[in-house]
Formats: sequence, C-alpha cells, structure tokens
Amino acid sequence: MSNYIDKSLSIANPNPHNLGLTERLAILVGLLGLTIAGLHAGGYSFFSTGTTFTVSFSLMGLGILWYTIQYYGSKQAGIKNDGVWFSSLASRGVIGWILGIVITGFYVLLYWHPEILGMGKDGGANGGIISLFDPLSEIFHGKPASQWFMYGTMYTFAIFFFGIKFIYKYRHNKYQIIRTLSVMFFQLFLAYLIPEILSGLNGGFDGKWFDMDLKNQWPLDYDFAQKWHIDNMLSAGTIGWFFFIWSLLLVFVVSPFLTYKYGKRWYCSWVCGCGGLAETAGDPWRHLSDKSMTAWKIERWMIHAVLLFSFVMTIAVIYSYLGDGAQYSLTRNGFTIIMIILLLILAAAYAFLQKKNKDGNQNKIYLASGSAILIAVLLGINWAFGSGNAYFLGGETFKGVYGFYIGALFSGVIGVGFYPLMGSRVWCRFGCPMAAILGLQQKLFSKFRITTNGGQCISCGNCSTYCEMGIDVRSYAQKGQNIVRASCVGCGICSAVCPRGVLRLENGSEDIFSKTDDYKTIHISDEGVKIDLLA
Amino acid sequence: MHIAIIGNGISGITTARWVRKLSNHKITVISSETEHFFSRTALMYIYMGHMRFKETKPYEDYFWEKNRIDLVYNHVDDIDFKGKSLTMKSGPAIKYDKLVLALGSATNKFGWPGQDLNKVAGLYSYDDVENMEKHTPGLQRAVIVGGGLIGIEMAEMFRSRDIPVTMLVRESSYWNNVLPEEESAMISRHIKSHHIDLRLAEELESIEDDGQGNACAVKMKNSGERMECGYVGLTAGVHPNVRWLKETELNVERGIVVDNHLETNIKDVYAVGDCAQLATPKPGRRNIEAIWYAGRMMGETAAYNICEKPIEYDPGVWFNSAKFLDIEYQVYGEVPGKLPEHLTTIYWEHPDGEKAIRINYHSDSKKVAGFNLMGIRFRHEVCEKWIKDGTSLKVVLENLNLANFDPEFYDTYEEMIRKSFAQQSGIQYQVKSKRLMDRVTAFLKG
Repeated sequence: MSNYIDKSLSIANPNPHNLGLTERLAILVGLLGLTIAGLHAGGYSFFSTGTTFTVSFSLMGLGILWYTIQYYGSKQAGIKNDGVWFSSLASRGVIGWILGIVITGFYVLLYWHPEILGMGKDGGANGGIISLFDPLSEIFHGKPASQWFMYGTMYTFAIFFFGIKFIYKYRHNKYQIIRTLSVMFFQLFLAYLIPEILSGLNGGFDGKWFDMDLKNQWPLDYDFAQKWHIDNMLSAGTIGWFFFIWSLLLVFVVSPFLTYKYGKRWYCSWVCGCGGLAETAGDPWRHLSDKSMTAWKIERWMIHAVLLFSFVMTIAVIYSYLGDGAQYSLTRNGFTIIMIILLLILAAAYAFLQKKNKDGNQNKIYLASGSAILIAVLLGINWAFGSGNAYFLGGETFKGVYGFYIGALFSGVIGVGFYPLMGSRVWCRFGCPMAAILGLQQKLFSKFRITTNGGQCISCGNCSTYCEMGIDVRSYAQKGQNIVRASCVGCGICSAVCPRGVLRLENGSEDIFSKTDDYKTIHISDEGVKIDLLA
Repeated sequence: MHIAIIGNGISGITTARWVRKLSNHKITVISSETEHFFSRTALMYIYMGHMRFKETKPYEDYFWEKNRIDLVYNHVDDIDFKGKSLTMKSGPAIKYDKLVLALGSATNKFGWPGQDLNKVAGLYSYDDVENMEKHTPGLQRAVIVGGGLIGIEMAEMFRSRDIPVTMLVRESSYWNNVLPEEESAMISRHIKSHHIDLRLAEELESIEDDGQGNACAVKMKNSGERMECGYVGLTAGVHPNVRWLKETELNVERGIVVDNHLETNIKDVYAVGDCAQLATPKPGRRNIEAIWYAGRMMGETAAYNICEKPIEYDPGVWFNSAKFLDIEYQVYGEVPGKLPEHLTTIYWEHPDGEKAIRINYHSDSKKVAGFNLMGIRFRHEVCEKWIKDGTSLKVVLENLNLANFDPEFYDTYEEMIRKSFAQQSGIQYQVKSKRLMDRVTAFLKG
C-alpha cells in the first residue's frame, strides 16, 4: 500500500536529512575509540593497557556526547522522532540486523566462552578485550579483571553516556530528566561503584563473593537463595547479615509498599539495571516492540510461566541444601511448612484482590491461585514421601535449567542482543519474574494508573508506537479509559509523545479498585451527552 | 437490516462500531481510500517517519471480522436513493436498508491558475501523503498556501526532511480568525523560530507550469514576488466532499443538510462528520464542524438513531486541541479569535513566550466561559464541569490546581497565573485545592 515503508531495508538512508558532517564526525570519534579497544583485543596496542583503556573509553564517551549535542542541540526542545522508521539502525534495516547479531554474539561469548574474549584460564593472565579492563580492576580489587567486571564496567558506561543522550533528547520533559538521572545514579553507585569498592576493601571476602547491589532483589537476582550465596553472605559478618536482611525486607516489605504508592515504575524505570539499559542505550529501538493482541497473549503466558518456574526453582534449591537441620537453624520441615503457608496466603490474597477489583476475573483466580495451591500440594506430597529433593528433582537440576535458559539465554542474550530487532524490553516484558510480581501488585492494589484526558484522544497511535512494553495505549485512550496494565513500567514516553496532551501518569488512592471504570470520552446516551458513561 | 456506510474515516467507523454495539444489523463499510480505517490526524507522522501506515490503524485487521463489520474496498459511483442501491465502480451493486454518508472533506481550491498541475495538492487523504512522498526526492522548496492547522502540519512535515518551506498566510497573524491575538502572535513567532519562511498578509496569485504539467514556481499576489518551488501545498481549508451528490434528490447546500437526528431529507439516509451540515446547529456553534471529535460524536449519535433509539445530536461544551510544531494547544468552551461583547478575558503568558493560559468569563455574572491553553495541559473533565456548572472565576482561580494535567515534576505556574489573573480581574482569592489526584476525583464525583 505504501511505497516507502520498506526503505529501512536499504543500507543507505533514503532520507539523509538527519546526519550532518559534524554528526558523522562525532560517530567517527566514537568508532575510533571502539576500534582502539578492538585493536587491543587483537593484540595491537599503541600505549600501555591503562592508557589504551582511558583513550578508547574517553573517545567513545566523547563521541556520544558530541553527537548528542550536535544532533539534538541543533533542534528546538521537543519530541525527536523524525525519521525513526526510515533509519536502518532503528527500524530493522541492515545496520540494525548487523548490530543485533554482533551484540547477541558478544553475549554468547560472555556467558559460555569468556576465554574467546580473553579470560585467563585457571588464574592465567587475561588477554583479548578483558585484559583492557585489568588496570581498572587492579585499582578496585588489586587483581586482574573477570569477564563480569568487564561487563559491569561496559554496562555502567553505556547507561551513563546514553543516559546523558536521553536526557538531552528529552530536555523539555522534567519527568524524563529526573527518571533518567535516577537510573544513572542507581547503576553507577549501587550496582557498580559501591559493590566494587566494598568487595575491594574487604579483600573480596576471601573469594566469598556475594551480591552487594542494594537494589538487586529476588527473583530477578535468582542466585540470591543459592547455598553458596547465602553461605557467603552469612560468613561475611555484619555487612553480610545487613545485605541478607535487607534483601528479605526489599522483597516482602519495601517493594510491595513502593509499588502500592507509585506503581512498578519505581523499580522498572527508575532503579533497575536492566530497565536502566533499556531506557538509555535501548531507547532508539523502543518502537520495535510488538503491539499485537497475539504478542500480548504470548507475553502473559510466558512471563507468568517464568515467575512460576523461578518460584519452584527457588523452593527446590533451598529445600535441597537445608538438609536435616544440622547446619542451618531452619530445618527442611520448618521450611516446607513455611512455604506451604506462604503459598496458601498468596493464593488467598490473589483471589481476594482479584475479586475486590471491579474488572477482576474469575479465570485468573483459577489459574494463579490454582498454581500456587498446586505447588503447595506438590510440596506437601513430596515432603510426605520424605524425598530428599523438593518435587522429586534435585534443586540443582532446576537451578541449572533456570540459569541457562532464563538467567543467561533469555535475560542476557535475547534480552539485550535483540534490542535492534524486538525492542529494548523483550526480557522485561516476556521474561522478568520480578516484573511479573510487581506487575501483579500494580494491577491489583496500586494507586498508579495512566489517566486519559476526557475525549481529547485523536487515535493517532504515537503512544502505542513508542510504548517499549508493547502496550496498545491508544486502544484505551481512544475510548476514554485509563490505562492500568500489569506490564506498564511507567516510563512516561506515551505521555511525552502524545500531541494532544491526553495522557498523564498519576497516583490516586480514591479509586484503587476501580481505576479502569470511567469511560470518559464524550458519549451520547439516552439522556443526552454524557461524559462519565459507564459503558 | 443492512446498514451501508460510505466512508471509513472516524465518523463512518464510529457509526459502524456503535451500530454493532446496539444491534445485530448487517454492517458494510465502503471506502476507496484505504482498505482499513486509519487515523487521519496521524497522516503527518507517516511522512515524518514517526510511524508507518500500520501504526496509524487504531484497530488490528482482525477486529472487523470479529465484530462482523464487512469492509468493501471499492468506490461508490452512484446512489439510487429510490431503489436503495449503490452502484459500484467494479462488481455488482450493493443494496441497503439504511445508508450513512460519511464522505469527509475535499481540499479548497479558489480558482488559482495552475491549481490542478502535478506537484500541487492538499493534505487530507492517504493519497495526498503518498503524493508528497513521491515528489520529495530532490525537492528544493515547498510553498504552502494557507495557514490553519493543515498548513502548519504540512510545514512541519517538510521541515522534518530539512526542506525549505514558505508559507503564504492571508491573515496578518497566523490563524487569527480562530486564535486570540496573543496566542496567534506566539504561534507566528514559533513558526519563524522553526526556520519556516512565514509570509503574513500574503496570498497566492498563480502557480507556474514548467511546460510538462508540473508546478515549478508560484507568484504572490501582494508583493508580486515569484518563488521557485517543487511542490505547492494547498491548505486554505476544506469543504464537504459532496459535489458528486449535488444533482440528486438529496438536499445538499455546502454540506449534506441533516436534521438534529442527523437524518437527511431522504428517509433512512444519514450523514455524519465533515460532510454533514446541521440545519439547526446549537447556539454558538457552526453548522459544519470538520473536526475529529465532532465526527466521532456524530457517528455515535447516528448509530443510536439508526437503531431506533432516537436522540438529538448534542456535542456538549466545545473542545479541540492541536499541536503547532512544539507547542501544544487545547481549548475548552468559548474562546473565539475576536472577543464577543458579553465576555471579558484574562491572559497570562510565561516569560519564555511558549506557554500561556487564557480564561474568558461573562462580564456580568463572572462565570467562566472558556479556557485556552498553550504549552500547558488542562483536564478536559474539570474544565468542562466548571463551564457547565457556571462556576465563578473566583472559585476557578482558587481551585486552578485541579485542572493541571502536565506530567509530574513539571514546573507549576499556578501562583504566577493566579496573581496575574487576580490583578487583571480584581478578584480576591484564597488557594483551595492542591494538585492531588484524589482532589480531582472527589471534585468530579461530587
């Protein structure tokens, strides 16, 4: 029907109106930095490793900043989506595909073949790209880098510099500015500097590493309940106990409370590292998320299946190492009873809240509460048979499968590698068990919603297009209904790109259980024009 | 019963959707523009690369079959009102029991020499955007004839591709037949700041032919200047797309004349949206309102009447919105370009010159009559309730926070606005409401 939607498939941009000479130079500077790093990986270094690291990353940072200032600075503050669908990089053109394959390949090597990236074997010296990070690692830890130190450094670098780019792109929008400063802060300090410094100061806790990222929480952090992790924590003295107790508080108290007050956005688009990368480095691809009903159906089954899996896996793992109670004060019997009670409480709470909500759904109760009860029953049967393994399978089996398919393949390889192909929130939308839990809380008892402004919607579709979570925002806005969706991470872009000022993210306690009630488009009814017709 | 709807724009589609909600009638929607309904207001974003055509479709393609709305991608050549039958460009005639005309608009042309050349077109249909796209490669300059909402959209489209644009606007300031003086001046400034060559008080004399049937230059009427250009956009308004029906028994003036139930002079034939002309519009309202929102409300009204639930068309308190490049605009109630005798106006403008609020109120009773917002978002329901209830300016000022709809963390200007308004109107006030959502909910429910 249209002769121009396919142009993104050509290598050359058919509308080269965007990039001037200076922008191209800026990109070149960034690529030069990348090339220097690449040459180092290939064994060609012009300077000492420390200098090479500094030069290459400075050039990359400089390239991003220069490009940002040139590209957005030459335009007035406002929405900057011109030519998005014509861009080969941003709309699945050749450049987008190449980048997708490159990032995916990088993740495959990172997870399963770090030696190809230069990771030293059995304590041997690093080579390749990983060795580039040795000098920095020496400063923090007094020892060479691991692939995870390299990854963390690159990740933080990306969030920081692309964060600045994002802020400048949305410099007219204070919500976006503050939100992005927040993800930059949490990544730089909580996820990166503080843990690296703490473990450096404590000599790496004698190799007994544990997660010191204050914002990381189960089930996104699926390693939390592993035996080695708990042991490392509890052997680290006060600081270990602090992290242990804080982690439990975070999951059971802090998180539900903040989600009640502000929606899951407090975590997913303000704090979380995965979300942080998606919102900054992943921003150019947010429109690639699939908005179809089919995608929504797949999403609901998939993300809740992962949640269920993570539940079962965690219970199985803990059960398998609790043994007979010799080592831990919590026994297998005690744990089983606590878990069965917890699962039954969750099942009952879900059913109660689903009923309390005006748009509640009986089938969802059967499904969700049913699943929780089923796990509890299986756990009870397993216990009654005196099996050494929860669900008759070893905790390790579950953990291995989960770690490979969910932890590495889904969240890493697909989650980031597919940015240029499926948008920046593939993992958050289809896989993240944390997002699933917060989503249930958001849908069932949060004050958060996106308000639709009366009848002002013109069905243009900008909101849906730029929703990174693939929510068809327009389908609600055009009938005057508020948007209350479990998957909404509250990034606020729908509200920003709306040309008619129709959408507002807000929190209200007056109508928590009937947030979706009002159909506010001006409607005609038997009594004449009504604005609040309950349709 | 078979309901045939000609036109798949917002008014035709809304009619179809509501007929389906209210009945089990067979519904056929006929269009020769596109196979599926798309948002006309989003056409500009396709050209600008913000969306593809696919993204402008408000419903996925399966929607129509699921809701038993038959789509016919064909052109109606002629209507036999007596035989209740539509002659199609191809294929057999379509018989109907009730007919809805949702024909939309066509671009105004005022008999300019050269107005039918290639590379001369308006911006209304999907074809118009395709035409712009077709002639964009190598385009050195575009001239846009006419201000208004479509003119500025077209200018923004070309500017998104760095194509120089000259805009000829007959008025002395942009769109000042609709916008009050200050707002009009603000947008005029904003247009120029976007490097658009805005020629105020200028009109088109003629369009020059390059000898091969293409436009290659325009001549201006007042300055006599000749300007070379590769595209001429005609955006001096639209008119109902009804010329082809003028020789029939249908009562057609400027639009298709309809009564308050949106029925034409022929029984079982209705007209909605841009093409409908109300015989007796509500006081203060025009008889043809070619805007998205009116089309949507008419569609719903027509559906009720078609389904034997007679109600009169009542569009309620006037509202509209637009976006002029980077400045959003909303209007609620009575805010015409020229202030009527019975109203007094107060106006606040931010020092940056890109945000403003205007409130009109009745000079005698001090009841608010309308709100104009530039660069600031207000709540539709709150403004409407204030206007409907005849709320006094004092109460509105005291509760101004309730109306604000800007995103969280945005600067608040209520204090500045209140002070300025109190000074202008001489009204004393006490701040009553905070910007809390719960206050808004309580206010709207109460």
